Amino acid sequence: MSPKSAMYRLVSRLILVAGAFVSLFPFYWTAVAATNPSGKVFAKPPQLVPGSMFLENLFNLNASIGIFRVLFNSTFVTCVYTLFSLTVCTMAGYAFAKFRFPGRNALFSVFLVSLMVPYHATLIPLFKMMASWEWINTYLALIFPNVAYPFAIFLMRQNLLAMPDAVMEAARIDGVGEWRLFVSIVLPSMRPALAAAAIYLFVYQWNNFLWPLVATSTKEMYTLPVALSSLIGLSRIDYGQVMTGVTIATGPIVAFFLILQRQFISGILGGAIKE
Amino acid sequence: MRTKAHVPYLFLMPAIVLFSVFTVYPIVYSFLLSFQTGAGGNMKYAGLANYRRLLEDSIFWKSLSNTFIILAVQVPVMLFLALVLASMLHSLVRGRAFFRISFFMPAVTALVSYSIIFSLMLAGDGLVNQLLEAVGLKAVPWLSHPVWAKAAIILALTWRWTGYNMMIYLAGMQNIPDSLYEAASIDGAGKIRQFFTITIPQLRPIILLTAILSTIGTLQLFDEPYTLTRGGPSDATLTIGMYLYQTGFRYFDFGYASTLAYVIVVLIAVLSFVQFRITGGKD
Repeated sequence: MSPKSAMYRLVSRLILVAGAFVSLFPFYWTAVAATNPSGKVFAKPPQLVPGSMFLENLFNLNASIGIFRVLFNSTFVTCVYTLFSLTVCTMAGYAFAKFRFPGRNALFSVFLVSLMVPYHATLIPLFKMMASWEWINTYLALIFPNVAYPFAIFLMRQNLLAMPDAVMEAARIDGVGEWRLFVSIVLPSMRPALAAAAIYLFVYQWNNFLWPLVATSTKEMYTLPVALSSLIGLSRIDYGQVMTGVTIATGPIVAFFLILQRQFISGILGGAIKE
Repeated sequence: MRTKAHVPYLFLMPAIVLFSVFTVYPIVYSFLLSFQTGAGGNMKYAGLANYRRLLEDSIFWKSLSNTFIILAVQVPVMLFLALVLASMLHSLVRGRAFFRISFFMPAVTALVSYSIIFSLMLAGDGLVNQLLEAVGLKAVPWLSHPVWAKAAIILALTWRWTGYNMMIYLAGMQNIPDSLYEAASIDGAGKIRQFFTITIPQLRPIILLTAILSTIGTLQLFDEPYTLTRGGPSDATLTIGMYLYQTGFRYFDFGYASTLAYVIVVLIAVLSFVQFRITGGKD
């Protein structure tokens, strides 16, 4: 090996290690802060060893924002939304991928074009609409707006295009009804794509902030991001509590990610990567 | 064997109904609102009044320039960093899985969560300043100085999104034939030359895609400035997305807020088109 390429190897390894450290350190630091009293966040020298205050922080956090209720809200809304949206988007993607019908291309273009329209353009009318239906501060308001998620429809269509028509034709000749064909033949063969889309939708909704911020105004209906943000707005901030909240919001997602790495990466990148 | 003509429409029905009610209708309604003034439910048609107001609204121009400064610095820096990391990782034989997971981990965090973490690390007596002082540098007023506050947001954004883009580039690199690199090595081109003459040109369509995605994301920037700096100090990190939120939900000026929303719509359309023409048009 030439000295130049040995040098490249060394420098690139150093950069990668430094990058990995920068990427991971905030996670560790957050977990440490969640187990220590509030003042330790700014301690000199920095507090880098976990403490034993996690439970106390958790109970204080529950006293100030009702973390268990908030955690339930986030979990409930995210799970119902993911199932609901996955069903609706997979059905639509199936129609676009496997049927020819008048208006197909026009309808599909409408969904595609809407991918370019920012969420902000729907924010004000959505709020007015939900206010007039008295949906503000309800789970309905948190779940419904993005059920028909154009990107998920697109993702499912792309994956369904690759499924051979012969299987479906054979089933139809055997007299299998359209709905049964979809549920018991098409869906089971789409498991990896369904997993990717489900992860995409789950992470989107779990982390969603702007709409829940607009659609909820009482602590009982807050989702995790809104509740955490409300803590930061207080004049006296208890950092131990805040970091406990951040840990609770981040922990489950990181754990899922570590268990299902492949599916997660392909899900979050919207199926752009297949391995 | 023919299927009945109504079958595909039945499969599409839920998506079409929900999409019409919760997306199409609001987009159209918001466009109409942008030509109205008034408060709450009391809206009147006012022609182009909101659009004229934009021209004289110094806060709007400030939020526009803030957004563009963040965009112009953050997106190129992040995409370049992602490219460098991806090509280093691509030539790595062992330990690749560890680095992939590490770099991607920030991309699963909620925007609010990581903004909170950064607001504590970048605080006056926070961890980052302690580190700077430990190596003999001066503490930086990250969140209280107009320029540094923008830098804080850029740093946070880069932490969150570099690994995400790196992963897209890594996937693209698998399609670059090894023979190109081997030929370049034989001709005596070093790794850095190869990066600029092979990797970047070969990835051009993917770089375009990531540039457009990042531009769309940055133009809608809201969660980070809202959490990290609250738009301050003195509106130095107020983005268009935040200004829209304040106008709509603090002052309940739905007409003008809708006008701001359409400014974002138009900017995204124009910038995506321009980037597409510049980068992708040659093929």
